[in-house]
Order: sequence, then C-alpha cells, then structure tokens
Amino acid sequence: MDYSQFGSMIPELIVLGIFMLVFLFDTFSNEKGKRILTPLTTILFALGTIAIWIVPASCEEVFGGMYINDNATNAIKAILNVGVFIVFLQSSKWVNSDEVAIRKGEFYELILVTLFGMYLMVSARHFLLFIIGLESASLPLAALVAFNKRHYESHEAAIKYIMTAVFSSAILLVGLSFVYAFSGGSLYFSDIALYIGQGEMSGLLLIALAFVIAGIGFKLSLVPFHLWTADVYEGAPTAITSYLSVISKGSAAFAFFVIFVQCFGAVYSDAWEWMMYAVIIATITVGNLFAIRQKNMKRFMAFSSVSQAGYIMLGAMAVNGLGLASMMFYIFVYVVSNLGAFAVINTIEENTGKLSMDDYNGLHKSNPWLSFAMTLAMFSLAGIPPFAGFFSKILIFTSVTSSNSWALYMLVLIALINTIISLYYYLLVVKAMWISPEEPKIGTFETERCQKVGLWLCVAGIVFFGLVPYIYQYCYDAVQSSLGFLTFFNL
Amino acid sequence: MDLSMLWYLVPSVIMLVCGIYGFITRKNLIAILISLELMLNSADLNFVVFNRYLFPGSMDGMVFTLFAIAIAAAETAIAIAIIINIYRSIGNTDITEINKLKY
Repeated sequence: MDYSQFGSMIPELIVLGIFMLVFLFDTFSNEKGKRILTPLTTILFALGTIAIWIVPASCEEVFGGMYINDNATNAIKAILNVGVFIVFLQSSKWVNSDEVAIRKGEFYELILVTLFGMYLMVSARHFLLFIIGLESASLPLAALVAFNKRHYESHEAAIKYIMTAVFSSAILLVGLSFVYAFSGGSLYFSDIALYIGQGEMSGLLLIALAFVIAGIGFKLSLVPFHLWTADVYEGAPTAITSYLSVISKGSAAFAFFVIFVQCFGAVYSDAWEWMMYAVIIATITVGNLFAIRQKNMKRFMAFSSVSQAGYIMLGAMAVNGLGLASMMFYIFVYVVSNLGAFAVINTIEENTGKLSMDDYNGLHKSNPWLSFAMTLAMFSLAGIPPFAGFFSKILIFTSVTSSNSWALYMLVLIALINTIISLYYYLLVVKAMWISPEEPKIGTFETERCQKVGLWLCVAGIVFFGLVPYIYQYCYDAVQSSLGFLTFFNL
Repeated sequence: MDLSMLWYLVPSVIMLVCGIYGFITRKNLIAILISLELMLNSADLNFVVFNRYLFPGSMDGMVFTLFAIAIAAAETAIAIAIIINIYRSIGNTDITEINKLKY
C-alpha cells in the first residue's frame, strides 16, 4: 500500500494532529497544566484553521477514488473550522466551570472527533467512507449532548438524540442496501451514477431514495424528520446546541448535495425533485409556524434552525455549481448569524440562568452591547437588507431560479412568503429587547473576554460578509475550479 | 438445494418492519434498543444477500456489512451508557417517564 496517499488528506491530518496533541496533553499533564488546556486547544485550532484557509487543496483522489480533496471540500472544511473556532471561544467559560472543568479535555476531544467525521463525510466519494464519517460525526455528539452529567435534561436530550440517530442511520443503511442492488456491485458514487443513469426508473429505487433522504434529512432536521430537534437543543448544554445547529447541519447539507447531485443526479426529475420539493416546503413552513409559539430561547432557535435548513436545501434543488456555491455561502453566513445569537443566549444563561424570551424584556437598558449583537444576528437570520443574511438568501434564490422552471419559481415564491413570516418571530426578540417598556429582569454583567472576541467575530461576519464580495467569490471559485474534477453536472 | 434471493429478502423485510414496530410501541428503552438492532441487522442482511446473489465477483457488500456491524456495536455502547445515566437519575428506563422536555 502506498502510504504517501495519506499526505493528500491535509485537513484531516491537521484535525487529527490537534486531537492527538490535546488528548496526550489532557492525559499526561498535571492539575496545573490542565489550566492552559483551553487556551492551548483554542490557539492550536486557530492555527489549524488558518492553515486550512491558506494551504491550497491538493486536488486529487486517493484510495482508489474513495476520498477526494478539492477546492470545494477544502472551502467547506475551512468554513466549518471557523464555526468550531467560534464555538470554542463561546464555551471557554462553561468548560472551566466547576462542574465541567474536570472533564474539559473530553469536550475538546469529542468535538475534534466529530469534526473529523464531518470532514470524511464531505470528502467521501464512496458510501463506506461516507457512513463511517456520518457515524463518527453523530455518535460522539450523543456523548456531548449528555455532557451535563448532573442535569436530568441533558440525559433526556441525549437518549432522544441517540435513539432517533440510530433509527435514522438504520433507515439510511436499508436505503443504501437497495441502492447497492442497483449499483452493479460498487459503492463508488461515480459507478452508482453510471448504473443508475443507464437503467430505468423502478419503484425500488424510489423507495431507496426516500430512505436515503430520510436518513440524511434526520441530520439536517428536515421536516418529517425534525421531531428530535427542539428537545435535544433544549436539553443539551448551550455550547453543544450551537455546535449541533450549525456545524453538524452545514456538513450534512454539503454531503447531501454531493450524494444527490453526483450519485443520483441522473434521476433528478424522475425521483427526488418532487420529494425534496415537498420536504423543503414542509421544512420551511413548519419550522416557521412552530417557532412563533416558542417561549424558551433554545427551543425558539431550534425551530428557527429547522426553517433555515429548508433554505439551505434550496441550494440542492438548483443542481448546478451556482447552487453549491450559494449553499456554501449560505452555510457560512448561517454559521456567523446563528453562532452570534447563541453566543448571546449562552452568556445570558451562564451569568443569570435565564432562558425565557420574556426575560429579555428591556435588555438594552442593562446590557446594550449584547442586545445590539442579538439584534444584528436576528436581522441577519431574517434577511434584512444590509446584513449578510439578506445576500445569502438572494444568492440562493437566484441559483434556484437559474434553471427557469416554473415549479422552482413557485418554490422560491413560497420560500419568500415564509421569509416574511419568519420576520415576525425574529423581530419578537428584537421587540422584547428594545421596545418593551418593562424594567430589565437581567442585571448588568460583564461578558468574559473570550466570549467577547467570539461575539465580535460573529458581528463582524454579519456586517461584512454581505458587503465584501470576497467571501462569495471564494466559494464560487472553489466550486468552479472543482467542477472539471468532480464531473458533477453531467446530467 | 438452491434457494432464491427472495428467501433471504423476505425475512430481512420482516425484521425491518418488526424493528420499526417495536421502536414505536415499546415502552422500555432496552426493548427499543433491541428493535433498533433488528433494523440494523436487516440492512446488513440485505447487503450480504445482494452481494452474494447479484455481484458474486466482488466483496463490497460484505466489507460494508463488517463495518456496519462495528458501527452498530459502537451505537449500542453509547446508547447503553446513556440509558444507565437515565436509570441513575430517575430509577427506571420507562419512556413514559422521560417526558420533561416537550413543547
């Protein structure tokens, strides 16, 4: 075997290296040394993130085509890395609290392992590697959700997460076994695409595709498969909730795009166009309608993220390079906006223990900067013009309408109407913070330094990502330069 | 004796449906976990049967099954660990009592 092939897996090697360092340090350092674990991990991870941003992708297939490293996968990994870095900054206070401090090494290790799994998931071009990546991304997450050992809610969330995760992966495996029956004996995406393109549509393939959509839709919390989302988000520690809602979702969305466009692209209009059509409409609408009646901020963000997942999946309906580029841009903007909102929720919960939306009444009197950051995050999630969320929505709508089919125009129209509904509940939070005449229930407090940095990063992202064209250009160039290599769009 | 593929696929589908049925109706977490194992095994069985009958020249399905079994074991380990935690905090594993997070 040619071991030099591992040299092409640069992002994976970086994350694995950081994981090994953190693991060894956590195991062998004494009590005193453990104190610097948090800054050590955060700085190492920041360096790794910068390395992934600047080292160009090797653009090659290794292990017989099982694994691919090209500009598009490299770009999505860099985006996920930025998100994880912000999560590390956000959680710096929580991991050093009395209850968690003794296990903080495990927190970083588990997060890095799940990140590694997500890397494999987005780079996989073979279903075996994809399944290994998917499972190593979702199993340690269950352990993370159960991280607050002394809180019953954490266990309940974890058992709900692990049971539904295993159920969905069982469904996914059954679906893949039927796909395998059509594949001519190979599980490579390209071979399956070849055989499916030659054969004709059959009922069994439809069932297989529905099963695969259900399996990956669970990770994305698309609507019929979203029922775990609110409970798990509410019960999990807030740092983990923010990790679940952006990083895990972003990687799954990219993997979904790759599988469905590259592998099942040939049966797009026969099979999965209308399935995804229905799923996306249901996702956006149900997510919005349920978000309106939530009073707990974490449940509110859960349903908001369900509806955002629907917008992300609009990119997959475009089935072209523009769709992938705008999906990546949307994921990036979603990372900063959602993490910004979660950073505020997290600091308020840590300092005062308050999570209800009513507690936010009059927040601007006691914590003007937190209300400011939260307002920007809500504006960006709702898509109000000068902020990044507006541009990401515009780009994803443009990519969907680029194929000029009236059905997709209708889909965009429904998504637009839903944007207006979402404006209502996002502005409810803003109204509570700025307009409500009540005296603030949350006293003035000083945010911890690391969390401040994370919050400012998110605010900068929200303000500048839309206005600076570099980010979208980066995603677009990455996708364009991978196109010839990927042979995606030979529909 | 030459058995056709159907002799294996029908039990596999029965296992899958039993698993789904058990997952929905059982009230005990351990029983739910057993139902999940049934579903995973039905997928494994599918892979082996398709490999053996449709593509006897290659080994992809068999290898996939080996990995899937290992992953299923890992899933069970984590699920059992969480069930033990639940048992410690509420004293049983009945899902009708795990209902604090809702609405």
